[in-house]
Amino acid sequence: MAEPVIDIRGLSLAYERDGHRNVILEGLDLAVGRGEFVVIVGESGVGKSTVLRVLIGLARPSSGTVRLDTRPGCRTPMALVFQDARLLPWRRVVANVAFGLEGSGLSRTQRIAKAREMLALVGLSDYADRWPHQLSGGQRQRVAIARALAVDPDVLLMDEPFSALDSLTREGLQDELQRIQGETGKTILFVTHDIDEAVTLADRVVVLAGSPGRVAADMAIDVTRPRRRRDGALLDAARQLRAELSGRSAEL
Amino acid sequence: MTRFASTSLAAAGLLAFLIFWEAMPRLGLINPAFLPPPSTIPPAFLKEIRIGVWWEAVAASLSHYIAGLAAGAGAGIALGLLVGMSHIAEAATAWIVRLLRPIPGLAWVPFAIIWFGVQPEAAVFIIAIGVFWIVFFATQGAVRSVDRDLIEVAQAFGFRSGWSRLTKIVLPAATPGILVGVRTALGQAWMAVVAAEIFGVHGVGARMMQASSLLSTDIVVVYMLTMAGLYGLFDTGFVALQGWLLRWRP
Ligand SMILES: Nc1ncnc2c1ncn2[C@@H]1O[C@H](COP(=O)(O)OP(=O)(O)O)[C@@H](O)[C@H]1O
Ligand SMILES: [Mg+2]
Repeated sequence: MAEPVIDIRGLSLAYERDGHRNVILEGLDLAVGRGEFVVIVGESGVGKSTVLRVLIGLARPSSGTVRLDTRPGCRTPMALVFQDARLLPWRRVVANVAFGLEGSGLSRTQRIAKAREMLALVGLSDYADRWPHQLSGGQRQRVAIARALAVDPDVLLMDEPFSALDSLTREGLQDELQRIQGETGKTILFVTHDIDEAVTLADRVVVLAGSPGRVAADMAIDVTRPRRRRDGALLDAARQLRAELSGRSAEL
Repeated sequence: MTRFASTSLAAAGLLAFLIFWEAMPRLGLINPAFLPPPSTIPPAFLKEIRIGVWWEAVAASLSHYIAGLAAGAGAGIALGLLVGMSHIAEAATAWIVRLLRPIPGLAWVPFAIIWFGVQPEAAVFIIAIGVFWIVFFATQGAVRSVDRDLIEVAQAFGFRSGWSRLTKIVLPAATPGILVGVRTALGQAWMAVVAAEIFGVHGVGARMMQASSLLSTDIVVVYMLTMAGLYGLFDTGFVALQGWLLRWRP
């Protein structure tokens, strides 16, 4: 692997509730190399979102370390795309995309210019002046991606960003995300529970399983890009991954 | 019912009401000094304007109204935001609020007069108190129901200070709820205007009291309708402003 941008060692996290300690993650190790597209899969509730929330600073681990090797002077080492787009409804699309740039020292004009550039990247230039409620679910999610890319993060974190979309829109966005990664060379850490999505997108798939959750398998997907959906090699990988996941649940 | 039919019916209802009102004193069923017929109102109105009293009274009342509204709403929004966002502030003020909140605005009249005299400031103070509580509770409630998910968005993009949470998420998200409170206060404040001025502070309320002591009930009605008209004007203007501020909503 290339030198890691993110290096998580021995990450544990527990929630206290009514004096009861609920351990979500224990001793999780995960490294993500620069420019790599890593997909985390696992059953719902296993702690996938929690890993991303720790990285972005929305949850505090009980123990373990997260080492970041980000570019010097990078203001926003990571940006997160949530499952539901979470656009700010009182801002027009372009102002939503510019959100993370506020406080970066850029002038308003520069922020808007950057936001428009990102909207062009996700193919929504014509929607800059709309309100979020005037967009479809897929368009909203693209705006959320543009908002995250606008801050030029070292790592793009994505938490089941396409799972609420219909399958046609989902596949369109998967293709688009691969194109965007090709153009920007971003490191992406992507969470999903959809195996086909995982093998389509990933350089490496990491299986999170167990209770408390830990890395149960780590599988490289060596299929060249651009990938054709349901290509033989991808189907093989998906089958292997399914076996991995069901084997795990059989063990539990 | 079509729009036209309901408008016609409303107009017919108003006309019937005016005819009934006109007939009662004219048929001698009511002493005209107790209830002036509506036909006497426009002349009384014109006379009030001619002698320059109407403008003066309305201008005085409007200045109390606007100042009281601004002070009460400003303080209500500021403290509502603080108490809504800070659990410490909420806990610290909980019993103070419980103690002061049930005191009706008019119960402050003695203090208003002691502190400010029979002066515009006294009227402003009484109006502001009523407005304050309405806007304070509306703001606090609106802040409490701000979507936590959106606050997380701000945090995820590195906006972690209380101030940026306030300006980037809480204030815009709470604006619809705050505006509902302010609109309620808009009506409430007119009541307070009359009440405050009845104690002698120059304005519409004082003019009404003066007219009623002279049994010039037609003038009293002029000012009652003036207040209805002004309230309607303010409310319509406010609804337009509200619609513009909340144009982002579906
Ligand atoms: N703030 C919280 N307090 C208590 N439990 C939580 C909290 N957030 C998540 N959990 C629990 O942590 C577990 C993992 O959640 P999550 O990371 O969202 O799973 P996944 O994304 O894999 O579906 C779940 O069982 C969830 O109930
Ligand atoms: Mg999740």
